[in-house]
Amino acid sequence: MSEITLQDIIKPENLVYKKTSLMTNKALSYCPGCGHGTTHRLIMEVIEELGKENETIGVAPVGCSVLAYEFMNVDMQEAAHGRAPALATAIKRLWPGKVVFTYQGDGDLAAIGTAETIHACNRGEKIVMVFINNGIYGMTGGQMAPTTLPGMKTATSPYGRDVATMGNPLKMTELVATLPGTYYVTRQSVQNPAAVRKAKKAIKKAFQNQLDDKPGVSFIEVVSNCNSGWKMEPVQSNIWMEENMFPFYQIGDIKVDGKLIDR
Amino acid sequence: MGELKLMKGNEALAEAAIRAGVDGYFGYPITPQSEVIEYLMAEKPYERTGMVVLQAESEVASINMLYGGGGTGKKVMTSSSSPGISLMQEGLSYLAGAEIPCVVANVVRGGPGLGDIQPAQSDYFQSVKGGGHGDYRLIVLAPSSVQEMSDFVPLAFDLAFKYRTPALIISDGLIGQMMEKVELFDQMPRLTDEEVIKRHPWATNGKPVRGERRILTSLDLDPHRLESHNWHLQAKYKTIEENEVRFEMLHCEDAEYIIVAYGSSARIAQKSIQLAREKGIKVGLLRPITLWPFPKKPIDELTKRGIKGFLSVEMSAGQMIEDVKLVVEGRTKVEHFGRYGGVIHSPEQVLEALEQKIIGG
Repeated sequence: MSEITLQDIIKPENLVYKKTSLMTNKALSYCPGCGHGTTHRLIMEVIEELGKENETIGVAPVGCSVLAYEFMNVDMQEAAHGRAPALATAIKRLWPGKVVFTYQGDGDLAAIGTAETIHACNRGEKIVMVFINNGIYGMTGGQMAPTTLPGMKTATSPYGRDVATMGNPLKMTELVATLPGTYYVTRQSVQNPAAVRKAKKAIKKAFQNQLDDKPGVSFIEVVSNCNSGWKMEPVQSNIWMEENMFPFYQIGDIKVDGKLIDR
Repeated sequence: MGELKLMKGNEALAEAAIRAGVDGYFGYPITPQSEVIEYLMAEKPYERTGMVVLQAESEVASINMLYGGGGTGKKVMTSSSSPGISLMQEGLSYLAGAEIPCVVANVVRGGPGLGDIQPAQSDYFQSVKGGGHGDYRLIVLAPSSVQEMSDFVPLAFDLAFKYRTPALIISDGLIGQMMEKVELFDQMPRLTDEEVIKRHPWATNGKPVRGERRILTSLDLDPHRLESHNWHLQAKYKTIEENEVRFEMLHCEDAEYIIVAYGSSARIAQKSIQLAREKGIKVGLLRPITLWPFPKKPIDELTKRGIKGFLSVEMSAGQMIEDVKLVVEGRTKVEHFGRYGGVIHSPEQVLEALEQKIIGG
């Protein structure tokens, strides 16, 4: 029996996965093992599947994903730190027929941009907000985030987050779920294929809500690892995330169709 | 002749926004300019023209709504007063860097800090020197009447879109609050979405079916590329300086002395000039209408003509005087006079300053 070569495998009928055309060919600037790239891909796959690539305007944040616009192949605006929901508000108000989303990290959405986040959610802007929570400021070198867990060591909490002096981690997602202006609020993750599939379903639901003109924000938190910031190997960081982040940041839907889920 | 109305400066600005075909106003109340958003909310411009009016949660949010909305090619506007404008400086820097057109109106009040709510002109430096971080300029228009509060709205939008840069209309609590006769210009149509898309190919309003997607950003981590971007901005600012200077001269033909004043101070100075001429003092007024680009050429020409002295009159501790001095370059006397912190100088005080600091000094 002759040996099977690579050329025998690469045939159209064997194709099971194809990179979405809405991800550019630029090499991702994220650390290998980080959840950002997967989440980018899921959003772009959803927009492509919904056929809205020519109708979408995305807003990128400041933080690790500051260059999200280099990877997401749709019209994009790069916001100042924390202000993405304000940009998205105006874009959607002026172009109600377009699809508008923000992509923000925990420092951006839950610290400096708290006011913009709360008020965009409270006004019930018909936008999608994707919130990556890795409990740390990755871009600036691993400082404490509003979502850093109690006792967690970071560059600015080198002896662990002392909640008595440094405050408590902020559950932004539970908070926005209490606001009447949010329509769909969920917390997802992307550390394994099953989680990726669920996260994609949630992202699709969020964008579908916007297409259906549902009243209010569709808000998706993606709990992610930060292997570099946490100073762990990728696999180890995912295990740490499941063991430490998930008990605090519980995965699953929080609000569906404008109604809070009994958890 | 357009429709005549008796209006406050703030109301004229708001009505002009509707008539100029503005697509979106995003604002936050602050004295002495709250009438702008109050007027807009009461007028229901979404019924008149389809214009969006939204009260934001802060001035920070307002200016960033201008970034988002302006970035889609729509005509967007906000207004505020000094402390609120300070909060917008970050956003203005980003708007200038990303080359997004918009119009911001500052109805200046006394400072620093919370200051007071009376008229002042102490935001000159902030307006013309940048205000936020980085090397950038704003096109700055200074109305001195309620009429100009109306007229400068479409002018500011024309300039903002022509050069893809934010334009600032700077008045003060006096012009904003006082009522005057104003001739309103006729309603201009808002552009349709199709017209916006066609006219502004740089705008992010959905990737074209044929062609590349658009990115609006002020970020470039490559210092050489960012330097090139800065060269591009500086070349644009030079073009604006060459083409968009606006000013007004009054009684300058035979003048031996010149008062340089803008906005409210220019109105007060007109009376001072009348009083001076009654005493036989030949004084004229140079009123910068664009504070940036600053009218350097007329000041240079007056200096060459042998003007004996310039009095820069501003309701500040002396800010515009620096730009006058940069043109005069020591060739003749340049002095400052002004009351500030919300105090308005009288025409007599201006004349007294002219006599003491310039003529007798």
